[in-house]
Amino acid sequence: MSIYFTKEHEWVKVKEGIAAVGISEHAAHELGDITFVELPKIGKSVKQFEVLGGIESVKAASDIYAPVSGKVVKVNEALDAAPEIVNESAEDAGWMAWLEISDESELKNLMTQDQYDEYLKTL
Amino acid sequence: MEEKLQVTPLNGRHRDLKALMAPFGGWDMPIQYEGIIAEHAWCRTQAALFDICHMGEFVFQGDFEADGLEDVFTFSVKTIPVGRSRYGFLLNEQGGIIDDLIVFRLAENRVMIVVNAATAPKDFVAIQSRLRGGLLSNVTADTGKLDIQGPMSRYVMVETFGAEVATIPYFKFITMDILGCQAIVSRTGYTGELGYEIFLPAEKVGELWDLLLQDERVKPAGLGARDVLRLEVGYSLYGSDIDESTTPLEAGLEGFVNFDKEFVGKDALLRQKQQGVSRSKVAFKVAGRRSPRHHYEICFEGDTVGSVTSGVFSPMLACGVGIGFVKPELAVIGTPLTIRHERVSMEATVCELPFFRDGSLRS
Repeated sequence: MSIYFTKEHEWVKVKEGIAAVGISEHAAHELGDITFVELPKIGKSVKQFEVLGGIESVKAASDIYAPVSGKVVKVNEALDAAPEIVNESAEDAGWMAWLEISDESELKNLMTQDQYDEYLKTL
Repeated sequence: MEEKLQVTPLNGRHRDLKALMAPFGGWDMPIQYEGIIAEHAWCRTQAALFDICHMGEFVFQGDFEADGLEDVFTFSVKTIPVGRSRYGFLLNEQGGIIDDLIVFRLAENRVMIVVNAATAPKDFVAIQSRLRGGLLSNVTADTGKLDIQGPMSRYVMVETFGAEVATIPYFKFITMDILGCQAIVSRTGYTGELGYEIFLPAEKVGELWDLLLQDERVKPAGLGARDVLRLEVGYSLYGSDIDESTTPLEAGLEGFVNFDKEFVGKDALLRQKQQGVSRSKVAFKVAGRRSPRHHYEICFEGDTVGSVTSGVFSPMLACGVGIGFVKPELAVIGTPLTIRHERVSMEATVCELPFFRDGSLRS
């Protein structure tokens, strides 16, 4: 399954019309100890690059943007009690929400893993 | 113009440890090594070592009363017994806090004044301008300072430097030989845990750092963890919670003001006492894990009534905690507040300080 990234450091993995969304390992590392994840409400519809939720660490608070348009069908409730999972496994167990994707062609607006790795070098 | 950051004698060691560095009070300081939460937990359970060489130290030698030092601070210097220290304030004429500081009575006619890094230059000028005699020297550059804090710190110190350390009560200090130099070991700190502040010649501080870190109960901790630790026990941070526009009465720190003596700013404080303060410090707990942060708005029944000066996620309480300033009538335990910033909103309740009460501080 391919992974795509936004410039704001969200990732998305798409399988059978469902997009799993989270923040990149790089972002989790930059934030430091994550203390709170604001999960979206199930049923919420978002457009690509709109605010989906939020994340807080000891150092900072920031918004999480939707990498693709869609409707929230599932959220990672484990993060309510244990947001540190995002530090431990940002691009796997630390997923935040599943979106029912509305337009798969939006993925072309995102970066592949290689492009994202190159992008990180420019920051 | 950007001023060049000052560095402590341990700067290279922090970089070798891959610490995240950032400017603090004009100094290039370590914010974290392993991580803020891990360093915080280590300090609450083991012993954390902090590089505090950035803080300022002045020495005054003279006749406290005749030379005017007695009237400089909000507390009496002459009544501090030799071997003890006292916390209080240097105020401006309006009663605003120029700095919060600790005075150590070294000898009959000699004290060491320990001040914040960012304020050290203006503190020196203010103190000097109020003296009629004696000798005030800034010894910051020659003085190294390490804080070792945490319930294990007494065992570490006793095993490293001898049983004498075990006898030091809270807010008392001893002068002893460390690494062949005269050092001050003081039972004070900024974490709410049992701990020591060690002052010794700057050229020896690297050796002491290495020596203490050889003990596996000791790990380095940065200013990030230090901020969480101090806020959990409700200590004020100069520049965030208190500053020149804030008086000790507004900040709930009247206990460190002695109205039975003269000091600069006393008239202003007496007036404020009579007329009442227009804002008061308030402490609050957030319902949930969100963190209040500096400058977030404090609201009550829909109106903005103040702002947050310090806030953090408290690992000990597992919720957000903060302090800020509001109208005095709202600074009542149990008052429900809403903390707001852009699209972030959190419910909070006014509570007592300290947030965290079970530290090893006085054990």
